Amino acid sequence: MAYFLQQLINGIALGSIYGLIAIGYTMVYGIIGMINFAHGDIFMVGSFIALIAFLALVSLGLTFVPLALIIVLVIAMALTAVWGWTVERIAYRPLRESFRLAPLITAIGMSIVLQNFIQVSQGARVKPLQPVVTGGYELFVENGFEVNLSNIQILLVVTTFVLMTVFWLIITRTALGRAQRACEQDRLMASLSGVNVDRTISLTFVLGAALAAVAGLLYLLYYGVIDFYIGFVAGIKAFTAAVFGGIGSLPGAMLGGLIIGLIETFWSAYAPSGPEYKDVAAFSMLAIVLIFFPTGLLGRPEVEKV
Amino acid sequence: MIPLSEPGKSFGQRLKSALADAIIAGWIAFFLFSLLLGVRTVDKVTGLTLAPRPGLLAIAVGIVVFGRLLLNLFVWQAEHPITTPFAKLFTSKQFERRDLIVLGSVAFVSTLVFIIASIVHAAGFQLVAACLLAFLGIGTIRRVIVYFFPNLPYARIFTIGGIAFAILFPLVSYLLEKAFHLGLPLRYLFDLSILVLTYVMLGWGLNIVVGLAGLLDLGYVAFYAVGAYVFALLATHFGLGFWMCLPVAGIAAALWGVILGFPVLRLRGDYLAIVTLAFGEIVRIILINWTPVTNGPNGISDIPKPTFFGLPFSAQASPNFASFFGLKYDPLQGIIFLYYVILGLALVTNLVTIRLRRLPIGRAWEAMREDEIACRSLGINTTITKLTAFATGALFGGLAGSFFATRQGFISPESFTFIESAIILAIVVLGGMGSQLGVAIAAIVMVGGFEALRHTAGLQSVFGEGFDPALYRMLLFGVAMVGIMVWRPRGIVGSRSPTIVVHDVKPIPKNLVEEARA
Repeated sequence: MAYFLQQLINGIALGSIYGLIAIGYTMVYGIIGMINFAHGDIFMVGSFIALIAFLALVSLGLTFVPLALIIVLVIAMALTAVWGWTVERIAYRPLRESFRLAPLITAIGMSIVLQNFIQVSQGARVKPLQPVVTGGYELFVENGFEVNLSNIQILLVVTTFVLMTVFWLIITRTALGRAQRACEQDRLMASLSGVNVDRTISLTFVLGAALAAVAGLLYLLYYGVIDFYIGFVAGIKAFTAAVFGGIGSLPGAMLGGLIIGLIETFWSAYAPSGPEYKDVAAFSMLAIVLIFFPTGLLGRPEVEKV
Repeated sequence: MIPLSEPGKSFGQRLKSALADAIIAGWIAFFLFSLLLGVRTVDKVTGLTLAPRPGLLAIAVGIVVFGRLLLNLFVWQAEHPITTPFAKLFTSKQFERRDLIVLGSVAFVSTLVFIIASIVHAAGFQLVAACLLAFLGIGTIRRVIVYFFPNLPYARIFTIGGIAFAILFPLVSYLLEKAFHLGLPLRYLFDLSILVLTYVMLGWGLNIVVGLAGLLDLGYVAFYAVGAYVFALLATHFGLGFWMCLPVAGIAAALWGVILGFPVLRLRGDYLAIVTLAFGEIVRIILINWTPVTNGPNGISDIPKPTFFGLPFSAQASPNFASFFGLKYDPLQGIIFLYYVILGLALVTNLVTIRLRRLPIGRAWEAMREDEIACRSLGINTTITKLTAFATGALFGGLAGSFFATRQGFISPESFTFIESAIILAIVVLGGMGSQLGVAIAAIVMVGGFEALRHTAGLQSVFGEGFDPALYRMLLFGVAMVGIMVWRPRGIVGSRSPTIVVHDVKPIPKNLVEEARA
């Protein structure tokens, strides 16, 4: 029981990170119907920006952790948002009216560019960061097994849920959200009714990238090491989460993220030779979900038009 | 993306808007690169520290600002974009006086630069000038040939010429080397050609899935891996030879294609892409972790080389190829044989694809690519059609995989990463999906180009001694992938020849018309 509870806590923490990345996939897919393959690498870039910003603040003598974290969060969100905007502008916008696979291929290209840019500019070795948020609570002890809830896990889950709520309000209550939903339904009609489609799509990428930056920062704080390759696997899993929850649906992305996080954690904990095959479990999940519930848990069925 | 040039604008107005645009681009570049290029993380005993690199950041931002400014002034917002004359070289449009002046002056300046660079030994400038001159030269020759012989079947000449060259190249160069001792780096040339041909074959194999059937497969490397491992395991455990295992490996990969294809057939384009990617990764993870069978990350070594009708090429064996035919032993003989094996396999792939396109199944693939719903409403079984496309593509992937295993003599999961799939896909897409010639050209450009990058000393003279071009290979690869796609979404060889052409429309005979009227 204690072991199970501990894994549940770990799974929810991991799932929150996947959920944050998954929102970026789901929003972009909802609005322009493409898989932003480079999104996982935007998350990785965000994580690197957060690392460097943090080190810079430390070297400037800022040692009050909460303030430093907030500044790092703002810097990482802003700079990563610029990356998201640039990627859309360079690689996707020129191909928006092209054949369906064209933007997917530039997205793969962009993913390779981002990974190798970071590898070339910051080196291929893993980047460690000393634990910044330490401490935690010991919930209870059962047969000598402690169940811990660390502060970083609390921070992770709370940040994720606050951001989720904020984004949910943006999508449902603001003019930008309205424009986004209009573009999702019919881009031509939206532009005829005065919605600036290009701007709306750009802002979608900006928002997605900003959330990925938050996920990057949390990942950095939670695991303490990052390298230029973390975006690839995390990206696929987050995409799985987005599909699982129903692509295009924000709460679905979060729910899918949590489920994928839990599946991965429990698989590592309980299955024979689990840790080696945890990625296989997540990837198989993707195939199973797509085959049996192509619309996901909270998605709308998609009508194929001729 | 490209602002329309407005002919009414004065130069001052254009300069002003170009400058404003360049400054905005500069700010964006500054924000993009500020922390990632401007600062470097350094590992120290005490942990990570930072080392500032303001110079590099300034250079990067400067390149963006000036590049954008020049592009704005001379290409995007220019009344007569400077790229038009170069583009015209590769079309059949009429030249104007302005175009000829531009081309002539570029040719003159690059010749001058080339001569001066050769005198002062500036290899970098020499390289750039030589590339420009070669580009202009090829364009001019093309224009001249097209001017005098406008109606030749160029694609056919190119294909036949290419195949003839591929068949003759190793033998002729080997004999020339033996006769005159020219000092050609034959070993290197043959190895490189084998590598290129492997990618040509993989490209042609994937072309069946992506180009003909329109199913985006991001996990093609899985079939390549299956072919390689099936052959390697059969050879090392049961002592079977390459030729015996080749069909088995191909069939195993095709079966694997069916197994993977079956569950994912209901998926649409990009979902299918992601699932195939996931399957590719699953295969790789299993290869790494299933140690009792695959030997895990250590891989399988001592994979035998192919034999020539039972005659091995190794020096120890007797009788070997050389002794049987009374030749002097030379390790190059084995490599030339490998070259012909992969050339034969690649040509078989090509031939099968061309013939399949004319069969009902090939027609069904192409119909499915164009419109799946219309295809289904015409009574084509899309499940069978997709499965055959998957299986046929996988078959050739498996054959190429077992060739890869036999050539390397050693395989490990390292060789079958996602990046391999991406390279093969890039070759297919950049070559122009569905075009056999385009895929071959793209394979040569991509693989050959990157190999060239590894060995160019010229780049080192431009960027300094510490510059390692190999590091930038994948970065440039990604940039090329995005750039070519944005520039020419239909690929380098964009014009795909239609499978069915109505040659001449026959008028309906008068008596039939009257019969119908009656």
